[in-house]
Amino acid sequence: MEVGQMQRRLVDYTKSLFMEGFLDSQFLQLQQLQDENNPDFVVEVVSLFFEDSEKLLNELTRALDQTNVEFKKVDAHVHQLKGSSSSIGAQRVKNACIAFRNFCEEQNTEACMRCLQQVKQEYYLVKNKLETMFRLEQQIVAAGGSIPIIEMSS
Amino acid sequence: MGTVAETPFHVLAVDDSQFDRKLIERLLKISSYQVTVVDSGSKALEFLGLYEEDEQRNLNPASVSPDEHIHRQDVEVNLIITDYCMPGMTGYDLLRKIKESESLKDIPVVIMSSENVPSRINRCLEDGAEDFFLKPVQLSDVKKLKPHLLKGRSKETEFNGNKRKGIENFDSSHDRTRYRYNAIDTDL
Repeated sequence: MEVGQMQRRLVDYTKSLFMEGFLDSQFLQLQQLQDENNPDFVVEVVSLFFEDSEKLLNELTRALDQTNVEFKKVDAHVHQLKGSSSSIGAQRVKNACIAFRNFCEEQNTEACMRCLQQVKQEYYLVKNKLETMFRLEQQIVAAGGSIPIIEMSS
Repeated sequence: MGTVAETPFHVLAVDDSQFDRKLIERLLKISSYQVTVVDSGSKALEFLGLYEEDEQRNLNPASVSPDEHIHRQDVEVNLIITDYCMPGMTGYDLLRKIKESESLKDIPVVIMSSENVPSRINRCLEDGAEDFFLKPVQLSDVKKLKPHLLKGRSKETEFNGNKRKGIENFDSSHDRTRYRYNAIDTDL
């Protein structure tokens, strides 16, 4: 596959992520912070997001598994996850966290567990999508091409 | 911007989240600021040369090496930007400590938070914060820091040769600060 084709494939793929709500404009903000002097900024920050999130998801699983659930603690973790997913532009994860927090307030363990499943699902989905996107970028760079900038008129 | 040699402004960023630290650091660096990032309010105070228990220091001078203290005095911070929600010392606690310190109270402080709580925002602004940014912080937010920094620097060149520590004659600048705050108030 030649570079032009790869670039078009990346653009189409990235656009689909926005269309399907996996990513929002905040992700574009991050891309704007990347330049020749910091060519790996987005990958680095997304990797931190993955690291943080997986830690939080484990904490949440543990916290909801307790006989006496400490909802304040659960809420604090969800708040953190909501924050970082919002900063990354992981829209669906963020929205799942918002719903989650409502049930924390209600102290509804069953509903919280369902929310956690939802958050996990959305997280692994977006993780998969982002990793695919980075792979496509790497292929372009390896073939000597440059990564096209997406213009979104959202 | 004048004939004075341009030292970049030095911003101290405080956030307990590694992810947020990376983001704010990049936002600040891309805006040409010199950046120091710490992960807690107490580390921020340490960096600024303000120790929590001032009385303790007087009682046990040996516990603080004088060289360390002098070194900290030489580190100039032009603005502090801090997260609100942090374990232990919150961003608000940090704001209060800075504003209560003779040597640090003129450093502009900006608070960041992912939660839009008007009472929280107002309390921070009333207690001396220059601005309040909602997370995720944008490049456009960071651009708003310039006037706060420039105000600080023009004050510096006005009182040329005096370091901020131990100076009592900041009254006129205080009025300027209050005037600025009121101006912002009406803009809102």
